[in-house]
Amino acid sequence: NSKHYPIMKILVGLKRVIDYNVRVQVKPDGTGVVTDGVKMSINPFDEIALEEALRLREAGVAEEVIVVSIGPGAAQQQLRTGLAMGADRAILVEADEEVQPLTAARVLLALVEKEQPGLVMLGKQAIDDDCSQTGQMLAALWDRPQATFASEVVVADGVATVTREVDAGLETIQVDLPALITVDLRLNEPRFVKLPDIMKAKKKPLDEMPLADLGVASGNFVNTGTFAPPAQRERGIMVEDVDGLMSALKDKGLV
Amino acid sequence: MSKILIIAEHDSQTLNASTAKTLTCAAAIGGEIDVAVFADSVDAVAAEAAALDGVAKVLTVTTSDNGFRLAAALAPKLVAMAEGYSHVLAPSTTFGKDLLPRVAALLGVAQVSDVMAVLGSHEFQRPIYAGNAIVNVTVPADQVMAGTVRTASFAAAGTGGSASIEAAGSAEAPSHTRYVKLEASGGERPDLQSAPRVVSGGRALGSEENFDIIYQLADAMGAGVGASRAAVDAGYVPNDMQVGQTGKIIAPDLYVAIGISGAIQHLTGIKDAGTIVAINKDAEAPIFEVADIGLVGDLFNIIPELTQKLG
Ligand SMILES: Cc1cc2nc3c(=O)[nH]c(=O)nc-3n(C[C@H](O)[C@H](O)[C@H](O)COP(=O)(O)OP(=O)(O)OC[C@H]3O[C@@H](n4cnc5c(N)ncnc54)[C@H](O)[C@@H]3O)c2cc1C
Ligand SMILES: Nc1ncnc2c1ncn2[C@@H]1O[C@H](COP(=O)(O)O)[C@@H](O)[C@H]1O
Repeated sequence: NSKHYPIMKILVGLKRVIDYNVRVQVKPDGTGVVTDGVKMSINPFDEIALEEALRLREAGVAEEVIVVSIGPGAAQQQLRTGLAMGADRAILVEADEEVQPLTAARVLLALVEKEQPGLVMLGKQAIDDDCSQTGQMLAALWDRPQATFASEVVVADGVATVTREVDAGLETIQVDLPALITVDLRLNEPRFVKLPDIMKAKKKPLDEMPLADLGVASGNFVNTGTFAPPAQRERGIMVEDVDGLMSALKDKGLV
Repeated sequence: MSKILIIAEHDSQTLNASTAKTLTCAAAIGGEIDVAVFADSVDAVAAEAAALDGVAKVLTVTTSDNGFRLAAALAPKLVAMAEGYSHVLAPSTTFGKDLLPRVAALLGVAQVSDVMAVLGSHEFQRPIYAGNAIVNVTVPADQVMAGTVRTASFAAAGTGGSASIEAAGSAEAPSHTRYVKLEASGGERPDLQSAPRVVSGGRALGSEENFDIIYQLADAMGAGVGASRAAVDAGYVPNDMQVGQTGKIIAPDLYVAIGISGAIQHLTGIKDAGTIVAINKDAEAPIFEVADIGLVGDLFNIIPELTQKLG
């Protein structure tokens, strides 16, 4: 294969979400979930996407890793963490209200057109809205291939070979770059941030721009009404031993 | 009146049970319901879809080289087919999750993921935050509604129908995306997503070899087998056995959790189970808060005894 592929940029999405260890609670008035004083973090899947992008850069496949967050000014914290992990620069697209996947995909498309990355790596889902849409929507609008739910990514000669975690097992597909990849949990284990890296990250570039500057309309398509806590399961009975378990199952007609 | 297009899911030979569940959701919306079958060879799957209760028409689209597995092949064709439909639905499986957002974006509409209840033709309930909150959402009635259906929330539609089957052309994969292979680990056991009984093992099993006692118990019960993420990550079992927020969401009549602590992400996957049985050596494990029947003890003593007594 004699074709020359330029070394590429990778764009990584980092969404600011409630930390996965927090037991999320619905506000009593049903207008949302409790966020006051709650720990915020990078969406766990996005950390994995960033880790993979950094490894591709370290392997010489990519030369620059750019992290992007669309959200409130406070998402600077998550971008700084991404820079401390090793990203080269960060872009914060400021949006005051909730950003739904179609809007996020349109914003990312505008950045893709500007930055011309060879790969965009996102999480397979954001653990707040649990939508699992943004990457596929971006790939559609970009008119480029998508490889979702990745558990292994190999990039060579302008092609990504991606193993995907699907319901039936592990599927492998090949996509030509530029392409969109969304990552699953087993792709890698993200590195820990070290203190000197946090200091260094403070000097790395972080651009801020309002969402409107990218020519993307804000405003949401799915109108969110009331929030309710889920139906609770009741604690049942405890049995002493296997015979107790057998007879409890028999009572319910299950054995 | 609504006119609904459902995208069928199949393994190239048989229709996946998620399609019949998506059909039940569509029936709750009401209106005329058609099913689109994309396949390299459409006949067997189309016949199965046509036999589902409440289907008006089955539209078949021929693909090649496993193109039916690729969102990039299906999405443009579905956009053309969506003309005249008020709703396009797919199951919230990895197939539907991969495909439908690509269709929605090309249609310029938002998507409602994981519909768990239908409140009106354009109003739905869906879970967010790993099921810690349920939210009511409304989508504009003057646009196509694109939605994936949380199959654990709907029973499968019955059979006995005899819908007409119409050829609707073909779909080609763009040259930029190529299917390579599928390594399916599924064996003889009942399918995890539709099995009425499921036995799952967690990190406590300690090794791939030890996990055998879970399979033995499952076989004695005629159950499907699942696992926690920790068990999958540790390599005791393949990825397609993971139950939970980022694995499979299931609703068996009986779920037996063995050596699983009951993390919120795991519980998300079993909320709709009929009866939950928990076996764990730690009486304080959170799994007992949701279990209908709990047994505290060492699984390595309990499971062989239970298997033997059931056998
Ligand atoms: C974004 C995200 C998504 C996730 N998605 C999922 C998901 O889809 N599914 C999922 O399962 N997890 C998921 N997790 C992981 C989840 O948080 C837990 O880490 C995981 O479920 C723990 O698995 P476990 O219960 O097997 O292990 P542990 O939590 O380690 O529990 C092991 C249990 O075994 C018991 N035990 C030990 N020895 C014995 C014995 N000899 N006999 C009886 N009991 C014993 C212990 O008391 C303990 O309760 C996710 C996490 C994140 C961050
Ligand atoms: N506001 C956002 N900022 C940055 N990345 C985002 C944002 N929303 C979504 N993403 C990316 O898209 C992925 C899927 O999100 P979702 O479609 O909301 O489940 C996330 O894991 C992120 O990588």
